Amino acid sequence: MLKKYFSKENICWIIFAAVIFTLITFLMNVGVIGSYYQITLYNICINVILAVSLNLIIGVCGQFSLGHAGFMCIGAYSAAIVVRSMSNLLGFALGVGIGIVISTIAALIVSIPTLRLRGDYLAIATLGFSEIIRIIVLNLKITNGAAGLSGIAKLTTWPLLFVLMVASIVIVTNFSRSRQGRACISIREDEIASEAMGINTTRYKTTAFVIGAALASVAGALYACNFYVIKPDLFTFNKSIDILVMVVFGGMGSMTGSVIAAAFIGVLNMLLQNFSSIRMVIYGVVLVAIMIFRPGGLLGTKEFTFSALLHRKRKEKGRK
Amino acid sequence: MTLLSVKGLTKNFGGLCAVSNVSMEIGEGELIGLIGPNGAGKTTFFNLLTGVYEPSEGTIELNVNGKMTDIAGMKPYRVTQLGLARTFQNIRLFKSMTAIENVKIAMHKDIRYGSLSAILRLPSYYKEEERVEREAQELLKVVGLYEKRNERADNLPYGEQRRLEIARALAARPRILFLDEPAAGMNPQETASLTQLIHQIRNDFRITIVLIEHDMSLVMKICERIYVLDYGKCIANGTPQEIKNNEFVIKAYLGEEI
Repeated sequence: MLKKYFSKENICWIIFAAVIFTLITFLMNVGVIGSYYQITLYNICINVILAVSLNLIIGVCGQFSLGHAGFMCIGAYSAAIVVRSMSNLLGFALGVGIGIVISTIAALIVSIPTLRLRGDYLAIATLGFSEIIRIIVLNLKITNGAAGLSGIAKLTTWPLLFVLMVASIVIVTNFSRSRQGRACISIREDEIASEAMGINTTRYKTTAFVIGAALASVAGALYACNFYVIKPDLFTFNKSIDILVMVVFGGMGSMTGSVIAAAFIGVLNMLLQNFSSIRMVIYGVVLVAIMIFRPGGLLGTKEFTFSALLHRKRKEKGRK
Repeated sequence: MTLLSVKGLTKNFGGLCAVSNVSMEIGEGELIGLIGPNGAGKTTFFNLLTGVYEPSEGTIELNVNGKMTDIAGMKPYRVTQLGLARTFQNIRLFKSMTAIENVKIAMHKDIRYGSLSAILRLPSYYKEEERVEREAQELLKVVGLYEKRNERADNLPYGEQRRLEIARALAARPRILFLDEPAAGMNPQETASLTQLIHQIRNDFRITIVLIEHDMSLVMKICERIYVLDYGKCIANGTPQEIKNNEFVIKAYLGEEI
């Protein structure tokens, strides 16, 4: 039992995560990663959670959703409202919890009528939903309308962010490698055959959608407690597209791909900051280039694994 | 013992009557053939039985634990859970998944662990996944695809894809297996080995099989009873010998003398 928990592959990943964490903590303490780079770093981590959770819906389950910013918005506002009156970690946890509950309910409400739709119809329906969320937030008193909420305590610390990011990746990967995940993949591959094999397709589409939505709301909470201010126009259609780009860029269905893509796009954005006038042009060109040369995304549906790496090394040795 | 009883089954698509007033009795352990010219409504009939379409009229009763239950209009996944599994005329495998994963998907309904134990990787997850892996390998051995278990489904040759579809349907532990043109597009050798496979499956798994087929040599060789559909109507049923000499059947296939 324990042996399986600590298989070679898992140990490699644990060590990898620990090394990354220590390295970045060290660099932050030494001062190599200054406050400017730190913003990029935090953004990347939040985007990783968003991309991985959207990948569960789009890449694994094959349901094209454009409403991810809506769920992020719910999480951000729940956390912000709670934290403003209770600015400690307990308040943050409470805010995240409330965000998860609300976004789960919202996801259920959206998914039951819309997941019967396919492809582009679903995309339009989810897009409409996320606009509804934004408009509601824009008009409620508790969310302070278009001015947004400010004075949110900065509770998103590097260890907290890192732990939640790793947890989201683990949740999504473990889910997609279980019987439930297989069911979701089979829906993506062929919905009719999937249903003929005894899989309640509506149920698993909803499950994937809800897990994705809940994780997006966690990302929203981390976002709110990092930037001091949140406004409704942070969660427009553009944000959903940003996340979608990361998923497509990394390869639909590949979690490691999403992580790499989120990091890559984050760094690219930062580097282009100095060329602000042509930033979007370069950004666009890079995207077009990737889609031409690697239409399936950086990693396609493949995953980066340590066992594959070790295997290849062994093969090379064998050849010598 | 009657396993499945179909009475007066009718399906209209607008003005077209694809299946009209068809009745069928399927007993436990039978091997039944369903034949008919192109467009006779055979696949529509399968789709009605397996829940893809809702019948316009008629009843489909399945023997569930000794009680006849009406399954007409039930969702396909419910029908499969009650013990009817099928293959498709135009192969519908999960293309980018490996052969063994295809089989595992059909075992879904018999795997006992929840989403939470999957995410937290509780012991039940490992225990069940090990069992599923073992059983899926066994099934692939039956259809002769064990060596290719880690190949992507769409990389398999045509004949093997058909076999994989049968293995996948068997993984759902059906009581009745519906095969929709299992020999379509196969060469004579492949058809011969398929015939053998169907025999073997029936003996080893003790299940009832209903198959649609155009290859008469296969149908006449293995089916015990044959139903003939033409223009949505059941025009004859009986043993292969009776069907061969039935004048309506000959008329449907060859036309009338002028």
